[in-house]
Amino acid sequence: MQIRFSGIAVAAIGAGLFPGAAHAQTLELTINVPRLKVAEYHKPYVAVWIEKEGATPRTLSIWYDQAKAKGEGTKWLRDVRQWWRAAGRAGKFPADGVSGATRAPGAHKLTLTGGRGAMPALTPGKYKLHVEAARETGGREMVTLEFNWDGKAASARGAGTAELGAVTLTLKR
Amino acid sequence: MLNLRHSIIAIAAIAAVAVPTAYAHRAWLLPSSTVVSGDDNWITVDAAASNDLFFLDHRPLSQMPLVFQPDGSAGKVENHHVGQFRATFDVHLQQQGTYRIAILSDTVLGRYTLNGEVKNLPRGTTRETLAAAVPAGATNVETAEMTSRNEIYVTQGAPTTTIFKPTNRGIEMVPVTHPNDLISGEAATFQFLLDGKPAAGLTVTVIPGGIRYRDALHEITLTTDASGKVTVKWPNPGMYWMNVTQGAPREEGPGAGAPQGGPRPMGPLTRRVNYMTTLEVLAP
Repeated sequence: MQIRFSGIAVAAIGAGLFPGAAHAQTLELTINVPRLKVAEYHKPYVAVWIEKEGATPRTLSIWYDQAKAKGEGTKWLRDVRQWWRAAGRAGKFPADGVSGATRAPGAHKLTLTGGRGAMPALTPGKYKLHVEAARETGGREMVTLEFNWDGKAASARGAGTAELGAVTLTLKR
Repeated sequence: MLNLRHSIIAIAAIAAVAVPTAYAHRAWLLPSSTVVSGDDNWITVDAAASNDLFFLDHRPLSQMPLVFQPDGSAGKVENHHVGQFRATFDVHLQQQGTYRIAILSDTVLGRYTLNGEVKNLPRGTTRETLAAAVPAGATNVETAEMTSRNEIYVTQGAPTTTIFKPTNRGIEMVPVTHPNDLISGEAATFQFLLDGKPAAGLTVTVIPGGIRYRDALHEITLTTDASGKVTVKWPNPGMYWMNVTQGAPREEGPGAGAPQGGPRPMGPLTRRVNYMTTLEVLAP
């Protein structure tokens, strides 16, 4: 994951909606992209976003075909349809610290720090972290991890059945 | 009396010729996409009238559509082609927000008597040209207004509402739920205006596409409430055709009730208003 941290983005994204957090939080997320035996395989678009009740959902990461000329890869972002509706359509892509290239099958680890880049500083409460994958000429699947952030530690795991393998998160301060 | 009945039948006949799609078949616009991402996309649209939705089995809608861009400016219809069963055209989306693509018709049908001869108003007569279309000395002027709006919405990026600013003519939709934010299993609320005012008692018919492959129509029939609103719960993802009409004919205009045989005041005898749209409901 090539996350480029930008001070401006931190200020813009981190402020307001998840206010009040003081200390650095570390979110470790592992996303397994399954190897599929299909005639035509394209690496999936994958979106990761976080929701707290009553707050605007926040995109943590979106892997898409960034390298295409003239931003043509953005044309298919809407196929990651739940993310597109919840958070994607409100954003602009590519986005610093959020968008990255698509990834090959395997386990992918993301480490995010609260209040830096795309990751907001989390206030205590109930959260949902969604991982949604959509594959060209293939299927779509979303895995939702629910966790309760008490300010100290949280973890959750889930798994998809088709387009996503195991997804795990740990959050600590 | 015989005379009057005769002229009403004549008007009905004229109406059937001029706007066959409004009655005999369902008129529809079917976009290739309603929700798009990025900042430079094309969509293509089929425009046709048919019995089965959305199958090409009857006639094209040959009238040139209008494009209203998210910033309110007029957009361009490209590659317009009228075939046997459908018209097709493309729209190049270069703005962020919601586009409206419409086939609008606001005409006056009718006839008059001049020197003992009964004549039809020329096709394409509008309220603005009506006075000029009826020659001096014409008697027995009978007219019927037809205001029809067939439009679809397409959103690039986040939905916007600029293009829903009412023109206060005919039936228009005001989104409570944005028509490009419809999800199966959720309920969506729309408000309808008639000539700019919330219209109670309109009949709203919603029919899912794919009619050819099922026995029952599965139509949903609703009536607008006192504030002109209806709420639709989408049973399945897919394209839906929505038609909004007045449940009963509107009260007769000043052309009605005048004595037979003499000169009659000119004005709408009856008015028909109609609104149609195609809505895409996405899977959750």
